[in-house]
Amino acid sequence: MNRNYAPAPAAGAQQQATAPRAHRARGASHRYWGFVAPALVAYGAFVLWPIVQTVRYSFTNWDGVTRATWAGTSNYRTVFTNGQLLGVIGHSFQLIAYFSVIPIVLGLAVATVMRRVVSSRMSSVARVVLFLPQVVPLVAAGIAWNWMLSTTGAVDQILQKVGLGSLAHSWLGDFSTALPAVGVIGAWVLLGLCIVLLLAGMTKIDVSLYEAAQLDGAGPVREFWSVTLPGIRQELGVCVTVTVIAALSAFDIVYISTQGGPGTSTMVPGLEIYQLAFYNRQMGLASALAVVLMLLVLVCILPIQWYVRRGSDR
Amino acid sequence: MIVDRRNTVVGWLLLAVLMVVTLLPFVSMFTSALFPSGSYPIGISWPADPHWGNFIAAFKAADMGVMLESSVLIVLGVVPISVLIATLAGFAIGHLRVRGGQVAFVLFLVGLTLPLEGVIVPLYYEVRSFGLLGSRWAIILPLIGLFMPFAVYWMRAHFVTAPSELSEAARVDGASTWQLFWRIHVPLARPALTSLAILLSVWTWNQFLLAIVLVDNPTNRTMAGALGAFQGQWGTDIPLLNAGSLLILAPTLLLFLAFQRHFVTALLQGSLKG
Repeated sequence: MNRNYAPAPAAGAQQQATAPRAHRARGASHRYWGFVAPALVAYGAFVLWPIVQTVRYSFTNWDGVTRATWAGTSNYRTVFTNGQLLGVIGHSFQLIAYFSVIPIVLGLAVATVMRRVVSSRMSSVARVVLFLPQVVPLVAAGIAWNWMLSTTGAVDQILQKVGLGSLAHSWLGDFSTALPAVGVIGAWVLLGLCIVLLLAGMTKIDVSLYEAAQLDGAGPVREFWSVTLPGIRQELGVCVTVTVIAALSAFDIVYISTQGGPGTSTMVPGLEIYQLAFYNRQMGLASALAVVLMLLVLVCILPIQWYVRRGSDR
Repeated sequence: MIVDRRNTVVGWLLLAVLMVVTLLPFVSMFTSALFPSGSYPIGISWPADPHWGNFIAAFKAADMGVMLESSVLIVLGVVPISVLIATLAGFAIGHLRVRGGQVAFVLFLVGLTLPLEGVIVPLYYEVRSFGLLGSRWAIILPLIGLFMPFAVYWMRAHFVTAPSELSEAARVDGASTWQLFWRIHVPLARPALTSLAILLSVWTWNQFLLAIVLVDNPTNRTMAGALGAFQGQWGTDIPLLNAGSLLILAPTLLLFLAFQRHFVTALLQGSLKG
């Protein structure tokens, strides 16, 4: 029996995958549920139960005070037909362009150029600086950028210095630039994480792969597509996952910098849920939007995770 | 060689620019915090006569001492319990291979991508029904639950690779499961535990949505929640707002600089695993 304990700690993950490996048929292994119970209770009480409740509320009309009435699917129909609410969902997709694309493209650029150089590891100063936005509260980032992007702020000041004064205006107050401006704040927050992650991934790639590619006559572009990208698939997957979740569930930055305005030009699902529920007292509609948001995140993340993990040994 | 050297220069230049961009908002906060309270500074400029007193004024205006205490209490309420129960669960699922543990694990995974906004409405009514609205428990209890997916995932990943011969040997020596856990596996898991504790502390400290929805009184909130209230109150006074924001940032910043190696490693591993 005990011989089943093959010393293969590194293969732990697979071992788990091929589960019924009669890992010592512990007859009484049920009693270890006591170890899992506290975590499960906390999780059930403050995550699973609220999810169930959100779904329940979403089928009612409820002002939070009087008795809720059954609403069928009318809240969902509102979410998918109301132009403003659809726009709100559209905004979060636009934010993905800023939260995900900018940090990842810049991160790839920096990491590709520096790969050979920094195999010795990036200086710790750079890492600390780039990680600062990850540590400060998003609220503080919102306040700082709110001031930076105002008409008297540093952004307009710099534009004037370099002779682009005609571009200077209130970035967060203008209907056409407010959402991109919010996106830039998010890009600022996530940039450092992506750079450091991607660089860490690239320095792990075996140099001989590049030498082989060069022998085969591959140029820098070919090298990037056939050696670098496959080599950092996992890190890239993490960057995409983290930034897409950040974009879809953006709340703090928008709440602080624009409150969704001007008009509803920067309204995002998270803030809309908050306002519908706690200002308009439309719990049913807020909950329907919440369900849509949760599903949206899953629909975006699951394919990414599936793609990243497929074929990798984790 | 020449290409490499050019790459080096371009790379460092690009990196330097991005570092400047990263620091710019902090610099802009700092210089404008030194202008006279209520004045309108322009961009990044050094005041003729720096008003260092703004920091004292902001400290008083924001009731900073009370806020710090509140945030520390909340972190102390959330982090030890979360780490403990997640470690127990991760140990049972990853190492003891409790029967049906995979089901529980998949259940936890479901919560990994959950946006907090998705459950904020029922959380409000749940906390209200417990009679905890407005107290620190309104933040502490939900956060423990919300951290479970990541924390259990993290600890399981550690225990899955813990060598099982060790447990076998201990069992032969007559150790109970409980002793096995405390005497052997918890000490071995120390690096994973430290990283987890750091991550959860930062996330607790920076938690905003729970604080503004569940706690009206800023003095019972987390730092981030308190900062939100401070902005609401002093939003038009740019020097004072920036001074206050910097003060509220300061503790996190100091901790980060002191433990930067731990922080960076924890955040990197955290995102890689999460």
